[in-house]
Amino acid sequence: MTPAIDWIAVLPLLLVSGLGVVCLGVGLFVDDDEVLGWGALIGLGATLVTTAVLIGQHGSAFNGTLVLDGYALFFDLLILAVGIVVVLMSMSYVEETGIGAGEYYALVLFALSGMIVMASATDLILIFLGLEVMSISVYILAGAWRTQVRSNEAAMKYFLLGAFATGFLLYGIALIYGATGATRLDVIAEKLGGGVDHRLLLAGVAMLLVAFGFKVAAVPFHMWTPDVYEGAPTSVTALMAVAVKTAGFAAFTRVFLRGFGGLHGDWSMLLWALAVATMTVGNVLALAQRNIKRMLAYSSIAHAGYILVALTAGGPTGGAAALFYLLAYAGMNLGAFGVVLAVGRRGEPHEEIDDYAGLGFRSPLLGATMAIFMLSLTGIPPLAGFAGKVYVFTAAVREGYYALAVIGVLNSVISAGYYIRVLVVMFMTPGTVEVVRAGRRPYLFTSIVFSAVVTVLIGVFPALWLELARLSFLSQP
Amino acid sequence: MGNVLLSLIVWTPLVGALLVLLVPRDQPDGARRAALAFSLVTFLLSLALWAGFRVDTAEFQWVEQAAWVPSFGIQYILGVDGVSLFLVLLTTFLTPLVVLFSFGDITNRVKEYFFFLLLLETGMLGAFVALDLFLFYVFWELMLIPMYFIIGVWGGARRIYASLKFLIYTLTASLLMLVAILYLVSVHARTGAVTFDVRQLYGTALGPTEQLWLFAAFALAFAVKVPMFPLHTWLPDAHVEAPTGGSVILAGVLLKMGTYGFLRFAMPLFPDATRTATPLILALAVVGILYGAAVAMVQPDLKKLVAYSSVSHLGFVMLGLFAVNTIGVEGAIYQMLNHGLSTGALFLLVGVIYGRRHTRAIADFGGLWKPLPRYAAVFLVVMFSSVGLPGLNGFVGEFLILVGSFGANRAATAFASAGLILGAVYMLWMFQRVIFGPLRHEENAHLQDLTGREIAVLAPVVVMIVVMGVYPRPFLRAMEPSVKALVARIEGHRGAVASAGIVGADSEHAAAPSVDPLMNVTARTDARQ
Repeated sequence: MTPAIDWIAVLPLLLVSGLGVVCLGVGLFVDDDEVLGWGALIGLGATLVTTAVLIGQHGSAFNGTLVLDGYALFFDLLILAVGIVVVLMSMSYVEETGIGAGEYYALVLFALSGMIVMASATDLILIFLGLEVMSISVYILAGAWRTQVRSNEAAMKYFLLGAFATGFLLYGIALIYGATGATRLDVIAEKLGGGVDHRLLLAGVAMLLVAFGFKVAAVPFHMWTPDVYEGAPTSVTALMAVAVKTAGFAAFTRVFLRGFGGLHGDWSMLLWALAVATMTVGNVLALAQRNIKRMLAYSSIAHAGYILVALTAGGPTGGAAALFYLLAYAGMNLGAFGVVLAVGRRGEPHEEIDDYAGLGFRSPLLGATMAIFMLSLTGIPPLAGFAGKVYVFTAAVREGYYALAVIGVLNSVISAGYYIRVLVVMFMTPGTVEVVRAGRRPYLFTSIVFSAVVTVLIGVFPALWLELARLSFLSQP
Repeated sequence: MGNVLLSLIVWTPLVGALLVLLVPRDQPDGARRAALAFSLVTFLLSLALWAGFRVDTAEFQWVEQAAWVPSFGIQYILGVDGVSLFLVLLTTFLTPLVVLFSFGDITNRVKEYFFFLLLLETGMLGAFVALDLFLFYVFWELMLIPMYFIIGVWGGARRIYASLKFLIYTLTASLLMLVAILYLVSVHARTGAVTFDVRQLYGTALGPTEQLWLFAAFALAFAVKVPMFPLHTWLPDAHVEAPTGGSVILAGVLLKMGTYGFLRFAMPLFPDATRTATPLILALAVVGILYGAAVAMVQPDLKKLVAYSSVSHLGFVMLGLFAVNTIGVEGAIYQMLNHGLSTGALFLLVGVIYGRRHTRAIADFGGLWKPLPRYAAVFLVVMFSSVGLPGLNGFVGEFLILVGSFGANRAATAFASAGLILGAVYMLWMFQRVIFGPLRHEENAHLQDLTGREIAVLAPVVVMIVVMGVYPRPFLRAMEPSVKALVARIEGHRGAVASAGIVGADSEHAAAPSVDPLMNVTARTDARQ
């Protein structure tokens, strides 16, 4: 007997993965990078619209292991939007670097479909499947620039360490299954009440923490991040820093706040320490970076730390704050990587921070947008990053984690040191690097301006987005 | 104009800032004129605010209230009372003068400079009129970035160091205040109302330890901005490196942000902690007065001298505030305005000769009276204002502060009076070395005296210095009800049980029966329309 499938529930997934297959096939015959890019863009746009139409719908498929709820929709839409921006950024980059466009876009789409599974899955096994689909696609993408040794190294490193983390995930799932006899989150949550082997369960939870910690680049599981972010093609780095992290937190949040919400007292101290270490190590090491991609890598580690603060606080406030933060983070971080792409040109990546000298006034558009992204990442009002931090710290204060909130804001001060340095270099020191005019890279500049507008809008009018995050979090079954 | 006047005042500079950016790069004069026009419009609007201001009430006036982030209780609330009214006027008065002065001073990246200057004005005005703590914090930090760029891009040789120091000092302190704000709101939320509205947060029941910690976090943020000894070390660097316009705004308005913060937020929100901390704050204020004056005396650099004199003068303001009586606080507010005018003018005057000679060393001048008679005359008035000569504004403020603080703390007042003498010493001595004596440097003989534009910048300040010196009554009368209400609020909690929010409010009625600060301000303003 085939189990009943609610096709609505898997529609976004079907569309994106189908699009990936089509892209792969068409890529064999079509040589024009721009056509392929436009195909991926239009397909993703159509999927985004279709997914948006599903808002308000509820459904579940595969014996309730995959659901369509507000939470899944929130992340589906966020991931699809990030996907669109990443494709926009890639269009001139793929052409300039000679990366094969067909497989590049197909892999991006497969990675996105894996992320959608992670956001919708309510079963540990399915989360594992989604994570693998995403990870394997991104391993390959990291090495997509085949002629670059750095890119190959990044792919190799990411793959080896990622495989290790996957092992932890599977082992953790096995232990949890051993303790509770279930892999579905709702069943596990029910069983937490009594009659389970606590040691076995906690060991499993700790294993999951390691695996998720790896995927979202939390300290001490962050070692791969700077090397991989630096070596991977910049557009792939943007995808990793934003979409992979978002999907990782989507699963992380659902599993820990919903599935193991009853054990909050057991894992919150662990997460507290993880959050403090992640924020502090990320920010302090970022201070020492000369390469902007490595700096953004450490910065993305630090931001994972802020989201961990929200998860430590737990409850609906913490959950909503985490969702909102991911939304705010997506815009400002994508934009920053967009500027990195825009400053580079064929054969001259210009990835040292010193290469940015004087750019602020020579290219006012890049200067202004980069200023917005850096100030937002620092957490200066009225930008998205500030709103995100306020809600995260509000959640921490409300739940009584005062020290965590204070450590968090002190970390913001440390982060000012390296974000502001980019502005010092851009606006206050003379330099010579010229950038390619905006008119020659219309898609890239569109994506940068779009990210900047989103960053400002979320910051000035946070109420709507915050409500969206809250309702999405609460809509979980 | 109804209820949107405050919003107009706050946002007009921002509109101007964005428009200035659209001016083509090869037309710097267009950017200059646009900036001047928008800052003047803002000034005229603020005059309308003063004209419509009622002096018979302590309530907030021109209140605007709208939801911003409803689920967090964050609102867009603006309003002025007798305390903030004049600080708003000071800001809108100084900004066009700075714009006009910068016509000649700033020659590269002109439109960007005016963009940041106008953005800064929006930040400052917003911070003075915001009645929602969150909104206040947004404006408070919004001021930081333009000032950072003004120092860092248009400043002197060590501008990067100075601007970063300014940023890190201020950011560290204000982020801790953010946590304190969130904590305060979360405590208040236990009463069932989640709000950042400072009028409702007054009187939130807090334990003594809680109050002390929260007061410390707020006070740190404000003390850095004032700046109070020993947190002042960013100030001389920032002032020396900033372009003249930046120095004027920094000294004229930004420093007042700190003292205003104490008066509006730190003291009335945490009255018990205020009382506990008063000896410490008074001690630091007196040290600041004496230390600032002593260091100013030995400065070879004119700008550094004026910068350290600010540390000294702001110490007087703190002395007046923490006397916590009507006279002292009124004196403190008056002195904030005086300091804005006189120190602003001093920085302008230093900027004038720096523009001519490209040096600020006192030793490079002397005998300027002969080649620069008009300059010397203006300098004389401003210098006497800063010293506190009777008949000029500085005297009124310092006198009120000393009278107010004498009743509260005699020892501190005695030491502070010594600071007055030191103040006269370093100012007069500096004046003597720069203006009087023989003309020691030949290149000074043919310096150009004040130009028409420079006179247009300095004349309004000199006029105000005289007006506020001989006729302080309209100013003091307008601030009196609000000051009384604030003092009653801080005093009213003295000795009261910490948990007695309502009892505290009652005792305020007893202290100042004509004043009810908790009254529903919105209703009253609506009724007025």
